[in-house]
Parts: sequence; structure tokens; C-alpha cells
Amino acid sequence: MLTYTARRLLSLIPVLFGMTLVVFAIIHAIPGDPAQVILGQRATKEAIETLTRELGLDRPWYIQYFDYIKSLFTGDLGTSLRTRGPINQEIWPYLAATLELTGAAMFIAVLIGVNAGIISAWYSNSWFDYTAMILALIGVSMPIFWLGLMEQWAFSIQLGWLPTTGREDVRDPITAITNLYLVDTLIQGRPDQFITALKHLILPSVALATIPMAIIARMTRSTMLEVMKADYIRTARAKGLGMFWVVYKHSLKNAIIPVLTVIGLQTGLLLGGAILTETIFGWPGIGRYLYDAIGYRDYPVIQSGILIIAAIFVFINLIVDLLYALVDPRIKYNQ
Amino acid sequence: MAELAKNAAEMSKVHPEDTASPLKEAWRAFCKNRLALAGLGIVIFFIIIAILAPVIAPYSFKEQELTKRLLAPSSEHWFGTDDFGRDIFSRIVYGARISLWVGFFAVLGSAVLGTILGVIAGYYGRWLDTVISRTFDIMLAFPSILLAIAVVAILGPSLQNALIAIAIINIPNFGRLVRSKVLSVKQEEYIMAARAVGMKDSRILIHHILPNSMTPIIVQSTLAIATAIIEAAALGFLGLGAQAPSPEWGKMLADSKQYLVQAPWTLFFPGLAIMLTVLGFNLMGDGLRDVLDPKMKQ
Repeated sequence: MLTYTARRLLSLIPVLFGMTLVVFAIIHAIPGDPAQVILGQRATKEAIETLTRELGLDRPWYIQYFDYIKSLFTGDLGTSLRTRGPINQEIWPYLAATLELTGAAMFIAVLIGVNAGIISAWYSNSWFDYTAMILALIGVSMPIFWLGLMEQWAFSIQLGWLPTTGREDVRDPITAITNLYLVDTLIQGRPDQFITALKHLILPSVALATIPMAIIARMTRSTMLEVMKADYIRTARAKGLGMFWVVYKHSLKNAIIPVLTVIGLQTGLLLGGAILTETIFGWPGIGRYLYDAIGYRDYPVIQSGILIIAAIFVFINLIVDLLYALVDPRIKYNQ
Repeated sequence: MAELAKNAAEMSKVHPEDTASPLKEAWRAFCKNRLALAGLGIVIFFIIIAILAPVIAPYSFKEQELTKRLLAPSSEHWFGTDDFGRDIFSRIVYGARISLWVGFFAVLGSAVLGTILGVIAGYYGRWLDTVISRTFDIMLAFPSILLAIAVVAILGPSLQNALIAIAIINIPNFGRLVRSKVLSVKQEEYIMAARAVGMKDSRILIHHILPNSMTPIIVQSTLAIATAIIEAAALGFLGLGAQAPSPEWGKMLADSKQYLVQAPWTLFFPGLAIMLTVLGFNLMGDGLRDVLDPKMKQ
């Protein structure tokens, strides 16, 4: 297991390296003078010169790239052009907000997706199966930014059950410790604030969960159908074991690998989808941070935001790969 | 005796279903799949709307009538009007042109480029393969919408640049698919035979390897159009795609966001249009995959 982990870690190096190249290129591939583009048409010559110097654009690109890598290694992500603050400090609260949102979304997606897939497979061709699979098809085709708006309309505006935007009640702000508000409110012993934070979390995380939930449900159903044809499952059923034992003790472990792949891939897509969800729900996460940065042409923030999300994506995929090897010991020997 | 002759004649008759071309057979299987047919129906429906937009739309998509702002759906304005008094139904009809156009050409671009790169990587191998495959790995390491945002951040926001961005981010999907197909076809005996008789690489590629890689490309393309349409709408929604007064569906949603309380219909219909179109392509793609390439199902 250790050598396998080491090998997987080593294979990440070229990918991470390539990612920094892509992110580095974002500023340098802008046609024309990047400083001019960032500052707009009416910028004075002096302002453009200052910014060029500030961004280091007056030096040869390979020296700039070398410096960029060097500062990345020291954890320096540059300075925001808008707030003038260091990005590596600014980004934390946003990152935590996104982790809370995507974590909640993934929890919903896996919990409902896997179980819906199992029930669909167990009662295949029943009305439950048909309804679930048609819903899953619609879910896969759903533009989540629209779903988010419709949720707001139905559950906030029409029914008034849940808040439309934000993470907390502005009249009763939550004191941040970890910036994961569900955790923070519990640490501080404020169940009332915990409920408020939870209420704010529901709509955006459900919107974000829709697509992965649909994909996970379809994948679980098809792999479970496959596994349930196996002889040992027939034996288990013949022994008179109930659905619960057959599924959760015998089938799921063998059906879970393709599902794990999908979960890993979907987590990455969730991080992308978070940009849209956060924009709609005013969720102060990294997607929102990135969106605002695009509006202000705050290129250092755009670069760092993209780099961090992509890096998280890569590490999630690494974890999924390692999980495979844990679930299915054959994998590490075959590679 | 006569009976026997009749039987023999009957037996020697060629049954049409036995000789049906693979294409016809695939079509027949496709028709049996009701969901796939529904998908095809939806796609054709939107294509007709897009082509006949000037005939179908009762109003112009940009004509503003400020006395008729935010009217609810009625017999005069089926889907209501937006904050500039523009007819939403007409805008959605014209928007179909944009979404299908972007979806189709973005995927065409990525399919062509992906195929070329995939063939080069798979057929010639060695350092070319390493360079191309590693580049694909890096591109796939980004969540796709993020990579699209990066490309648009470089090129500047516009519908055309959104199309380019979507084309670029989808290249690796096609490239990998074609590469793996080429790798497996390359090992077939008839390819070795073709090489042994001295056939040139280009001829082998065009006459043997490409046709054998076609079905997965077609299936992947159909499904990719669905994703491309959503991605274009997402970029439009973020203000990185189509610009005003374009009736692009994602852009329409972004423009009406603040009227959710006052005029929800301004948001309901554009989103529904996106969902239906995407659903159509997804259903059709799933059906095509089951028919043409059952092995791809996973």
C-alpha cells in the first residue's frame, strides 16, 4: 500500500507542474498588453507602467515563471489587485465556505444517490425504478443555476421556509473559528445559530447535489444490477437473507468501485459547479471570490482561485484512487 | 413435388431483414428505444424552432417596449415580457439558434482536433504520445467550467470566445477516446496486413483506423453537445459568454435574476428551454450508445 501511495504521489508531480503552467499562462496569454487590459482603455500611462512593474511583466517570462513557482513553494499566492491584501490569507474563509457547501452537497448526493440506485436495482422495472431513473435523467440535464433560482422562488419566496441568500443571519453574525459554520456554532454551544446556518445551507447544497446525485444513482443501479446476477448473491437470497443484508453486506462492496470513480469525478465537478451555485445564493465561497475577481479583472486572484480549486480536485482524485486500492486489493498489484 | 419446389424457392429467397445494412439495423434498434426516440423528437423540435425562428417568433428579440415591462404570460405574450418589455417567447425562439449553434460547432471543433491529436498519439506513439497524453491529463485535472473560465479570462468575454473555450476544454475527452480506439485497432491483423503489403500510414489511417473509430466519436459527440449547451449557458450566466442584447438563454437568466420575486416567468422559461434541449441530446446520446457501442456503457 505504501509503495502504491508513493507511486501515485510521484505521478502527480508532472500534472501539478503543468497546472501551474496553465495558470501562469492566464495572464501572459492575454492578447496585447495585459496591464492595459486589466486597467481598461482609459488608464493613464503611469498606471499601466506601475502595474506592469508590480506584476513583474517587464521581465522575461521564464524568470517570471521561476519566481512564480518559488513564491508558490513558500505559500505566497500574490496580492489581490482589488483589496491589496495577500491572497493566501484572504482566501481561507472563502475556501472553508466552499468546503462546507461542497461537503454538504456530496453528503446529500451520495446518501440519496446510492440508496436510490440500490432500491431501483432491487425493484428493477418497478414504478419506483422508472420514476427514479426519469428523475435522474432530468437531474443530469439540469442547469444548476436555474434549479437554484427555482428553489429560491419556491422555498424562500412562495413558501418562506428557507432563506434565499448568504450563510448566516446578518443581525446575529456567527463568530468564525474554523469558518465551517456548522462546526463553529457547535463549538460555541449555539444550537440556535447552528439551525440558522443549516437552514442557509440546505437550498444551495441541494442545488449543487442534483447532478452528482443523478449520476451516482444511475451508476449504482447499473453496477448493482450486474452484481446481483452473480451466483453468490443468488445463494444469499436463496438462504432467505433479507434485502438489507444482501445489499449492504454482500453486493455493495463489489458494486462500489465504479461508484467511487464517479463520486471522485463528481466532487471535482462540484467544485466547478460551486462557482454557479455560490453566485446565485450569495454564498461567500471561493467560487464567489473568483466570480468577483473576474468582474474586477483581478488576475492574481483569478489565477490563485483556479489553481487552488484544480489542486483540490487532483488530490480528491488521488484519495479516490487510494480508496480503490483499499476496497479492492487487486488494484495495487496490477499497476 | 410442386410443394418441394415451392419450399426451395421460398428458402432461396433473400429475406430483407437478413441483408439490412448495419445502419438500418442500428436505426431499427434505436426506434425500439422509446426514450431515445423522445430525445430525437426533442432535438428535431428545437432544430425546427431554430431554423424557422423568424417565422415562429411573433416579435423581434430585441425590440423594446418599455410600456410593457414585466408583463405576466398572456395570450398576447405567451411567456410574458422581460424588464425591457421584450417578448420572452420570441427571445427563447431566437435563443435556440444560439444554443444549438454553439453546441454544434464547439463539439465539431473539439471532435476534429481531439481526433487528430488522438490519432497522432495512438498511431505514432513514443514521445508524441507522451506529450499529447500528458497535456490531456493536465487539462482534465481542471474542473471543465473552470478551464473554460480561464480561457475566457484570457480571450475576453464574448459568445465566440465562449465557443472557443468550450471547444478547447472538450478536446481531451475526444482525444483520449480516439487514442484508445486507435491503440486497439492498430493491433488488428488486417492493419498489420495492410502494412505488410506496403500501404502508407496516411492511407491506413484514413481508410481503416478512422472508420473503425467513428461510432464512439458519434456517441461522444451527441452527449458532448448536451454538456456544451449547458456550459455555454453557464458562461452566459456568469457574464462571460453572450453579451446583451443577445437572447442567449443563460444570459437571459442572468439579466432577469433580480426579478425573481416580481416576475418569475422571466426566469422560468429560459431555464426550461435549456433543460429540455440538454435532456433531448442526453436521451439521444444514451440511445445511440446502447445501439452503436454497447461496450461503452459504464
